[in-house]
Amino acid sequence: MDILASLGDGFVVAFTLQNLGLALLGCFLGTIMGALPGLGPSNGVAILIPLAFTLGLPPTPALILLTSVYYGAMYGGRISSILLNIPGDEPALMTTLDGYPMAQQGRAGEALALSGVASFVGAFLATWGLVFLAPQLVKVALLFGPAEYFALFTLAFATLGGIASTNQAKAAFAAALGLGIAMIGVDGQTGVPRFSFGEVHLYDGIDFLVAIVGLFALSEVLVFLEHRGENTGADAAKKVVIGRITPSFALLRHCTPTMLRTSVLGFVAGVLPGAGASLGSFISYSMEKRLVDRNGTFGKGDPRGVAAPEAGNNAAAGGALVPMLALGVPGSGTTAVLLAVLLALNITPGPLLFTQNPDVVWGLIAALFIGNFMLLAMNIPMVGMFTRVLMVPPRILMPIVAMVSFVGIYGISGSSFDLLVMVGFGVMGWVLRKLDVPLVPIILGILLGNAMESNMRRALTISDGDWSALVASPLSIGLWLVALVGFVLPIVFGRVLRQRMALAKLKEEEGEVID
Amino acid sequence: MSDRIFGGIGILLAAFFIWQATVIQESPFSDVVGPKVFPIMIGCVLGLSALAFVLKPDPAPIWPPAARLFEIAMAVAAMVAYAIVLPDLGFVIATALAAAYLTWRLGTPPAQALLVGALTSGGIYLVFHVILGLSLAKGPFGF
Repeated sequence: MDILASLGDGFVVAFTLQNLGLALLGCFLGTIMGALPGLGPSNGVAILIPLAFTLGLPPTPALILLTSVYYGAMYGGRISSILLNIPGDEPALMTTLDGYPMAQQGRAGEALALSGVASFVGAFLATWGLVFLAPQLVKVALLFGPAEYFALFTLAFATLGGIASTNQAKAAFAAALGLGIAMIGVDGQTGVPRFSFGEVHLYDGIDFLVAIVGLFALSEVLVFLEHRGENTGADAAKKVVIGRITPSFALLRHCTPTMLRTSVLGFVAGVLPGAGASLGSFISYSMEKRLVDRNGTFGKGDPRGVAAPEAGNNAAAGGALVPMLALGVPGSGTTAVLLAVLLALNITPGPLLFTQNPDVVWGLIAALFIGNFMLLAMNIPMVGMFTRVLMVPPRILMPIVAMVSFVGIYGISGSSFDLLVMVGFGVMGWVLRKLDVPLVPIILGILLGNAMESNMRRALTISDGDWSALVASPLSIGLWLVALVGFVLPIVFGRVLRQRMALAKLKEEEGEVID
Repeated sequence: MSDRIFGGIGILLAAFFIWQATVIQESPFSDVVGPKVFPIMIGCVLGLSALAFVLKPDPAPIWPPAARLFEIAMAVAAMVAYAIVLPDLGFVIATALAAAYLTWRLGTPPAQALLVGALTSGGIYLVFHVILGLSLAKGPFGF
């Protein structure tokens, strides 16, 4: 029962007035960011990292703030799915299938409340999963040497595109680009400058925060500018009738088995590399449809069709924290951004984090529990307020996003050079998005590049330059095999899966027309 | 076609990257691997993956019309200008101008845009500087 004792200590850390306040603030901001179309969890956390950093918060409070934003954004994503039929973020896509029809039937409030409860169940169970699974994974991770870590990093890159990846060549290109950017600056082991072209500003390398905020937040502003005049979301929000905002007890009981099943499924999808929250919600929805949809009500406003993907994607969000905390290798885009948070705070995640900084880990986990209850309490009665946020037009919102991004980055370094680099990343992000190149591998490359290289060099120094040392242990061979399969599998199965997801969406839309 | 051009640029970038890696100065106290090997490996992955979508491109995306591209270029120019003048002009003035420009281009009527810009700037200044104590760029007037 060590784990429960540690968790108890974590609650002691988290239960200070400041930390509770930060968790509340984070949940609130996160829900708003998740709800706004275009500002998903990655964006939300990315904009707030430099701010939390420049405010000089100590590691644990900063982490509590930002993970609350993360969980909040996962909750918030459903609001615009249900009200506007526009997913606030990618995992919330499946929620539109039954959520929007419910809203059209005048049951928007019920759908929002139910999905709030489902999000809570998913996230709550997943946090328990995190409590018990992460320490087990740490025991495995302690067996890792430099060669295994090198293989593990490769695995992370190979599977990051995920099973739903559109083009593996582009995912690989993005990863290499990120790793290449990480190489800029003085080499940590020999002290020689690399790729800095004599520019003093580049000797320290490119700050990953600059890259993240540019790639995510500024490119979003450019995307909005490109599609100006096509967005009518704000007007649509006014027309929807919210209706009653408390789910009836009978409805909750009706959906309970669904929520429990999909939470487990979502959690597993979150832990596995390359699956992530989008897949978690997709599998959850498909499985429930197959299991309980006897009268063909899924896709026409079945409450279980709202509960399933929401429980699934929030459970996956919790599951994705397991490899991130225990191994230091994130399994999804948003956890990659959370890794950036840890690195910005000078905390290296991985097995040593659990032994050296148990207060950080368990304080964080305790904060997740607290955040969950806060989100539930906030989301049921206050959902009307969050829906009003959707009415802020992007033409006012996007400049604020841009300016807050500039404030955060300028606060870190106080140099115009970093701002210019950030604008550069913003343009790059826009072009790469147009070309369907995923941005997350770039971020991960910038974050992990130096650690990956130094593990490789350490492994080869130990073996005195013998390259076979990289595949010498069964553990590393296993990791290489998983990496290989994870990279090749999407090329074979990815197309089928994506077609199915598109088909599900298409059928749904046709159904509406017929009705 | 877009993918082919992009792949071509990617291959050039990879070649440049590998060339730059080979001219990294070695330190006499280097480890067995040295600072060049890993960047060269990355350059190869970069080049090969770029080659893959030159050979097998995806369907081209829909690029916005020239007027819209110009619009985006102007927004980028505005952000660059903002980054350069920020230390001289001070946070409040520079931010009000930049925010006003962006919201105007996103569809706010001009007079209203100035107001929105001023409010955005003032609001951020109030929250981040006055309440949270973040140090922002000081201009000639001290704000």
